[in-house]
Amino acid sequence: MATAKITSAPNKHSSTAPKSVPGRFGVYGGRYVPETLMAALEELECEYDKAKRDPKYQKRLDLLLRTYAGRPTPLFFARRLTEKLGGAKIYLKREDLLHTGAHKINNCLGQALLVERMGKHRVIAETGAGQHGVATATVCALLGFECVVYMGTEDMRRQELNVFRMRLLGTEVRGVDSGSRTLKDAINEAMRDWVTNVRTTHYLLGSVLGAHPYPTMVRDFHRVIGREARAQILKAEGKLPTAIIACVGGGSNSIGIFYDFIKDKKVQLIGVEAGGRGDQLGDHAARFRGGSPGVLQGTYSYVLQDRAGQIATTHSVSAGLDYPSIGPEHAMLKDLGRAEYIPASDQEALEATTLLARTEGIIPALESAHAVAEVTKRAPKMKKSEIVLVNVSGRGDKDIGIMREHLKIEG
Amino acid sequence: MPFHFERKPSLVAYVTSGDPDLATTREVILAAIAAGSSVIELGVPFSDPLADGPVIQRASERALKHGTSLDQVLKLAAEIREQSQSVGLIIFTYLNPMLQMGLEKFCKIARLAGVDGVLVTDLPVEEAAPYLAEMRKNELAPIFLAAPTSTDDRLKRIAKVSSGFVYAVSRTGVTGARKQLPEDAQTLVRRLRKYTKLPIAVGFGISTPDQFAAVGGYADAAVVGSAIVDIIERSPGKEAQSVGEFVKRLLANKP
Repeated sequence: MATAKITSAPNKHSSTAPKSVPGRFGVYGGRYVPETLMAALEELECEYDKAKRDPKYQKRLDLLLRTYAGRPTPLFFARRLTEKLGGAKIYLKREDLLHTGAHKINNCLGQALLVERMGKHRVIAETGAGQHGVATATVCALLGFECVVYMGTEDMRRQELNVFRMRLLGTEVRGVDSGSRTLKDAINEAMRDWVTNVRTTHYLLGSVLGAHPYPTMVRDFHRVIGREARAQILKAEGKLPTAIIACVGGGSNSIGIFYDFIKDKKVQLIGVEAGGRGDQLGDHAARFRGGSPGVLQGTYSYVLQDRAGQIATTHSVSAGLDYPSIGPEHAMLKDLGRAEYIPASDQEALEATTLLARTEGIIPALESAHAVAEVTKRAPKMKKSEIVLVNVSGRGDKDIGIMREHLKIEG
Repeated sequence: MPFHFERKPSLVAYVTSGDPDLATTREVILAAIAAGSSVIELGVPFSDPLADGPVIQRASERALKHGTSLDQVLKLAAEIREQSQSVGLIIFTYLNPMLQMGLEKFCKIARLAGVDGVLVTDLPVEEAAPYLAEMRKNELAPIFLAAPTSTDDRLKRIAKVSSGFVYAVSRTGVTGARKQLPEDAQTLVRRLRKYTKLPIAVGFGISTPDQFAAVGGYADAAVVGSAIVDIIERSPGKEAQSVGEFVKRLLANKP
C-alpha cells in the first residue's frame, strides 16, 4: 500500500515540527537543502525579518511597486464574459497590466531590495514561462546587479520571446538540457550555481517553493494582489465574492490573491492546475490529482512521483504550470479543505484564451487561461447575484507562437 | 561504530549504484575493497540530484534508465556485507526515495543488510529529528555534511548529532573533480575539531593521488566519488579492474 506508507511520512515529521515552527505549513514546507546552503537561508530569513519591520525598506518597495511596476492593478468587471456565461458576475484582477507583463515583478522587487541590503551583487534565477526570468532581469537592470537565469531548453524554445527580452535586459540566459528540460530542471541547475557561489550570489526564487524562507517570503510579496482585490471588490459591490479562481504552478499568484481572503471562510478559493493532455503520469502537472507528499527542491509538499520516490516528468501547454510539485502552503490549504484544486486541460486553456480575447479584448497568458477555463465551467452554474473573481496573472504576448500553433485562426 | 580509519588518510569510495548495472556495481565495490578502501558509499540514484555535478548526474541517469531503486541498493549492500565483514558501508541518498520507503522500514532493512551509516544529502540537522530517532533505534550511524559556509553554531549542532564520522565538504559547490583543493577544507576541519572527537572525512573534488595524500595531513579520511564514477563511465567492460587499479594508485602514494 504505497499511499499508507507515504502518508506516514509527514506524520513522522510533524511529531517534531509543531505548527509554530517558521517555514512549516501544517506538516508541509521545511528546509531540505544541502548543508552548504543553510547559512545563506538563515541569513536571508534574518534579513527579511529585519526588512519587514524597517519602514524605510517598506517605503522604498511601495514606491517602486507604484511608480515602476504599476500598482495598484485594476479590478475589471468583465461584462460581456459575464453575459455570455449567463451566471455569476465575473471580475478580473489585472496583474497582466503590471510592468513586465505578470505578477512576478511584485516578488522580484521585494527580493532585489533585500539583495541590496545583504550587499550581494550577483543574482540567479530559474524560469519556466520566462515571466519570472524577465522580471528578475528587469529588477537587476534597475538596480545594477549581474544576472544569470536558468531555463530549460524546451522552455527556451516555446518561450523564445522572453529569452530575447532577458538578453536585451543584459541578463545571461543559460539553457538547461537535463531531465524534461523545463522548470524543475532549471531549478536544479540554479541550486547548483547557488551552492557553488553562495557567498556572493542571491538566488531570486520565483515562486512559493523551495526551502524556508522562500514560500513565506514570496507569498508576502504577492499578498498585495489579494489585499487590493479585497478592497476593490468591497468598493465595487459592497460584498465579498463567492469564489476566487487562480492558476497554480508553484502557486505564487494564487497564494497572493488567496491569502487575504483565507479568513473569510465563505469565500471559496479555487486553484487551477495544469491538466495537460491526459490523466497518465507524465501527461499533466496536476499534483493534487496524481501526486503524493514528498520532498523536492527544498520543501515537503505534494509531488508527482513514482513509488520509488523518483520525480515524474510533467506536461503542460503552459510552461509556467509545468512543474511536478506545488507550494507547501497550498498543500496545507488542500488538506484543510480551505482551498479546492482542479485541473484544466491544455485544450480548455486554449479555448479560454480565445474566449477572453473575443469577449473582453484581453489575451491572457496560457497559465492564467487555465483560471479562465475554470470560470467558464463554474460561472454558468452560479446565481447572477454571486461574484467570482479571476486572477489574470499575466498577459499572453509571450505565448503568441504557441497559440498560433494550436489555434486555427483564419485570415 | 565500525569505521576503521587506520591509514591516514583512509579512503571512502563512492559509487552510484546501478551504473551501468547492479552486477557491475557489485564487482566495482569488491574491487575497491580488495584494493584497500575503508568505507564504501553506496549512492542511491535520484532523478533530481541538485547537489551533484555532471559526472554523478549522468551516472544517476544511467542507473535510473533501468529502474535502480533503493530496495535494490539495500539488497546490494547485503551482498557486499556477505563478502566483507570489515568494510564500512554507507547509504548515500537524497531524502525523497527514503521518505517514500518510510524511514522506519528503511532503517530496519538497512540494519539487517549490514549497513553501518547513512548520509542524506538534503537533510540538514534541524529537519532530522524523526530520522535520527529511527537511525538510533537501529544502531545506524547518521553522518552529516559540514560545509565551509556552516557557522560555528551549526558545526556544533552537526557534531552533536553525528556518529561514525563527520563529512567535511571541501568547498562550496557540487560534487566533481577540481584541479585544486581550496584552503576552505583545512580551515573547516580545524573549526570542526573544536566540537568533535569523531573522525573527519573530507570530500568533494578529490580526484588525484596527490590531492588524496594531502588530506592525510589534516583529516582522517578522504572521500573520492566523481573520479571513480568517471572511470566507470570511461571503462565499459572493465569497470572493476580499472577502479581497483585507480584505488591502488590513490593508496600507494604515501603521505
